Amino acid sequence: MTYFQNLGEQASSGQTSSSPTLGRVENVSRRGLFKGATALGGLVLAASMLPRSAMAAYATGAGAMPHGVVTDPRVFVSIAPDGIVTIVAHRSEMGTGVRTSLPMIVADEMGADWARVRIVQAPGDEAKYGNQDTDGSRSTRHYLLPMREIGASARTMLETAAAQRWKVPVSEVKTGVHEVVHDGSGRRLGFGELAADASKLTVPAAETLRLKDPKEFRLIGKGAVSITDLRDITTGKAGYGADVRLPGMKYVVIARPPVTGGKMVSFDPAEAMKVPGVERVMEVRGWPWPSKFQPLGGVAVIASNTGSAIKGRNALKIVWDDGANAKYDSVAYRAELETAVRAPGLVVRNDGDAEGALKTADKVIVGEYYLPHLAHVSMEPPVATAKWTNGKMEVWAPVQSPGGTREDLAKTLEISADDVTVNTTLLGGGFGRKSKCDYVLEAALLARELNAPVRVQWTREDDVHHDYLHTVSAERIEAGLDKSGKVVAWRHRSAAPTIGSTFVADAKHQIPIELGMGLIDMPFDIANVRCENPEAAAHTRIGWLRSVSNIPRAFAVQSMVAEIAHATGRDPKDVLLELIGPARIVPFSASVDKPWNYGEPVESYPIDTGRLRHVVELVAEKAGWGRKLPDGHGMGIAVHRSFVSYIATVVEVAIDKKGVLTVPRVDTAIDCGQFVNPERIQSQMEGAAVMGLSVAKMGEISFKNGRVQQSNYDDYPVVRIDEAPRVTNTYIVPAAAGTPPSGAGEPGLPPFAPALCNAIFAATGKRIRNLPIRDQLAV
Amino acid sequence: MVKLDINGQVHALDVDPETPLLWVLRDKLGMMGTKYGCGIAQCGACSVHIDGAVTRSCSLPVSAVSGKVVTIEGLSPDSRHPVQVAWLAHQVPQCGYCQSGQIMAAAALLAEKPQPTDADIDAAMTNICRCGTYGRIRAAIHDAAASKA
Ligand code: FES
Ligand code: FES
Repeated sequence: MTYFQNLGEQASSGQTSSSPTLGRVENVSRRGLFKGATALGGLVLAASMLPRSAMAAYATGAGAMPHGVVTDPRVFVSIAPDGIVTIVAHRSEMGTGVRTSLPMIVADEMGADWARVRIVQAPGDEAKYGNQDTDGSRSTRHYLLPMREIGASARTMLETAAAQRWKVPVSEVKTGVHEVVHDGSGRRLGFGELAADASKLTVPAAETLRLKDPKEFRLIGKGAVSITDLRDITTGKAGYGADVRLPGMKYVVIARPPVTGGKMVSFDPAEAMKVPGVERVMEVRGWPWPSKFQPLGGVAVIASNTGSAIKGRNALKIVWDDGANAKYDSVAYRAELETAVRAPGLVVRNDGDAEGALKTADKVIVGEYYLPHLAHVSMEPPVATAKWTNGKMEVWAPVQSPGGTREDLAKTLEISADDVTVNTTLLGGGFGRKSKCDYVLEAALLARELNAPVRVQWTREDDVHHDYLHTVSAERIEAGLDKSGKVVAWRHRSAAPTIGSTFVADAKHQIPIELGMGLIDMPFDIANVRCENPEAAAHTRIGWLRSVSNIPRAFAVQSMVAEIAHATGRDPKDVLLELIGPARIVPFSASVDKPWNYGEPVESYPIDTGRLRHVVELVAEKAGWGRKLPDGHGMGIAVHRSFVSYIATVVEVAIDKKGVLTVPRVDTAIDCGQFVNPERIQSQMEGAAVMGLSVAKMGEISFKNGRVQQSNYDDYPVVRIDEAPRVTNTYIVPAAAGTPPSGAGEPGLPPFAPALCNAIFAATGKRIRNLPIRDQLAV
Repeated sequence: MVKLDINGQVHALDVDPETPLLWVLRDKLGMMGTKYGCGIAQCGACSVHIDGAVTRSCSLPVSAVSGKVVTIEGLSPDSRHPVQVAWLAHQVPQCGYCQSGQIMAAAALLAEKPQPTDADIDAAMTNICRCGTYGRIRAAIHDAAASKA
């Protein structure tokens, strides 16, 4: 499974790693009470409902995802005779609240009382549930409408069952809260009393469904429902990847090749075997790089507890063959990237004549920006538990893509996917790392070989050393200004090793999804725009990290805007709005080969500069842009469209006499279209500000001799409470009628670092062009 | 044999005395509320109380434990510790993985300083939350303090 559909195709046409689209499927839930099928005639509709067509005026890319969308209520909803409604969460919970939000949509639309709703987590089974890849900030945007349809189908079936019971026309019944009521007589039947009859009815056709008038939502958009796991989390009962214990389970820690593409030559287990609790040391199979999500291989230490396994692993003596990436060195590589962006590269967008206009410009402003590799370091390191019984594999793991994991397990073990069960636990953070199931494959291979249940625990050091890292990039922008200070030319070169290199050997150019993250989709109202992508070879596993290439792109573009403002002596917000230009729909440039719009149709998700302007104006107003600040304070602004959402951030910084940076306040405005849980959008914006500060201030993974130089939170630090923004305000733009939902998990991140660095410039006159900031402000 | 008093129950365990307390709790006793995040006393996911003092169990050999251990499972008999109540009210967790440790650290802070200042919170709450729930942690601690006042 891939982050974006057709990723393999993008990496190399002809090689495809994405699964075939199977489309809609009609499996019947084993748990479901809605079973069987009897014909149901002429549905007449309750008054408070709107025809589906009125609500479904937008299309999404959901159907084009591997395995598409399933909207069969019998798969997702079951009702017990006591009225308890059980709703399946088919997406993975990693902190966004999706495990609560999607079932909540179903519950609201069907009329269920939330207190009588239970949520069960789906195993990986995309034929049954549709696409489960929890990635790309897609869950709400792809599933708001399908979940409403599921709820509406269930409600319709319950109403029909009640009408038949009462022998009245269905037009005379309506759904209250968890019950169906007959208008004339006031008779009522609870969902539990109707479940058995409803389950015998045919699932209504989607076109016949009536959806609630949004004015009647009780849960959607209200922000009044807490995440379903809240109480369990506060009592330590919530179950994460490492919390599954099986009888006879072995605890495993693995030594992996320290250089990407390296191999184990020989090992000496003697010292490891002396560690109390260590039972066995053995080789683990590895795949040659690049291998998508296949294990790296190495040497496994099998023990009676994790502590012994760690100690044993650290005592191993291993000879490695480092392979082709043994010389990877971040200092040298940075120079390579910076050289690359100073020369022409593959042209990926070309509107007008930027070259010519730069030559004749009155003034050319050049900005070169460098951003290093980043690691995900979610609080829960990769971990997986696996059990092999009679030719069948069952795993428990924190995975963003349980369906993809199941397919990769089947392929790796060379067994049928029917013999593979993937149980998704809660994820202790994901941020894209847990879309790659190498750690699950390791556990499965060992469980089969040992014929015993095993848990493979990655230590934090393993996580930092063997991540699928965020790329490293150099971004160079040249802006040509005419005499009046108006930008007439824009040339942006971006060089960064590509995610494609994890799928296809020697991939050196960024693939459409990367180019589409703030490079070729740059929306400014400039006549001459040219974007280039010089080559960059990868020397480690490149993956996707929350908001992906939008991090370097927003940093470069939004820093440049403030640089132009400074050069022309104007207010950065005014220049930003001028560059965005009037409210309009910006078509993707005809010069772009494969435009990427986050997999969404441009008809429903165009680049809308009106929405972009609005979040800028809104956040500026709310933050009090231009207000008088104490000495040493500064404000910066940045805006970025990503994951088809529009987000603007104002950061206020305070910098003391020693150059110590603090962030007293962050304001963020987000327009993500229709939304489900504003309270969780707020928490995502708060989290994005903290992560953005970590990225800007201290985030750097570097290599020497092919090896990652950092190991743990001591040398790859992240922001703690003392450094975190003291106040983070979120403003959610109410959706205009018919605005489709977009993303919220990732898009909060990109504008943060440029807004911060623009604020630093405002406070100190120092322009930060290279991240992390680390000691650049020290005086 | 190592003897441990955990949440008021005494366990006699046959483990390597050098094993960190964290792995005894998790792998030997099946108490899964205490989490592994770094193993080097950096993140606080493994925080427990030993005689009331917050301690990072990943870096404490079980043989060095000389006091009553309280884990998240034993923090409150009815899960109504003021910190837990405040955590619910502020909907602090995102992924939740760090939160056992955060709650244990906050409870120890409040036991020592019933009305902590922001500076006290900065000094005591050094646990990492990669999801970035710090603003709510701070607000919830102040609330819990107010509820006890
Ligand atoms: S696991 Fe103990 S402090 Fe991180
Ligand atoms: S809530 Fe996810 S690490 Fe804190």
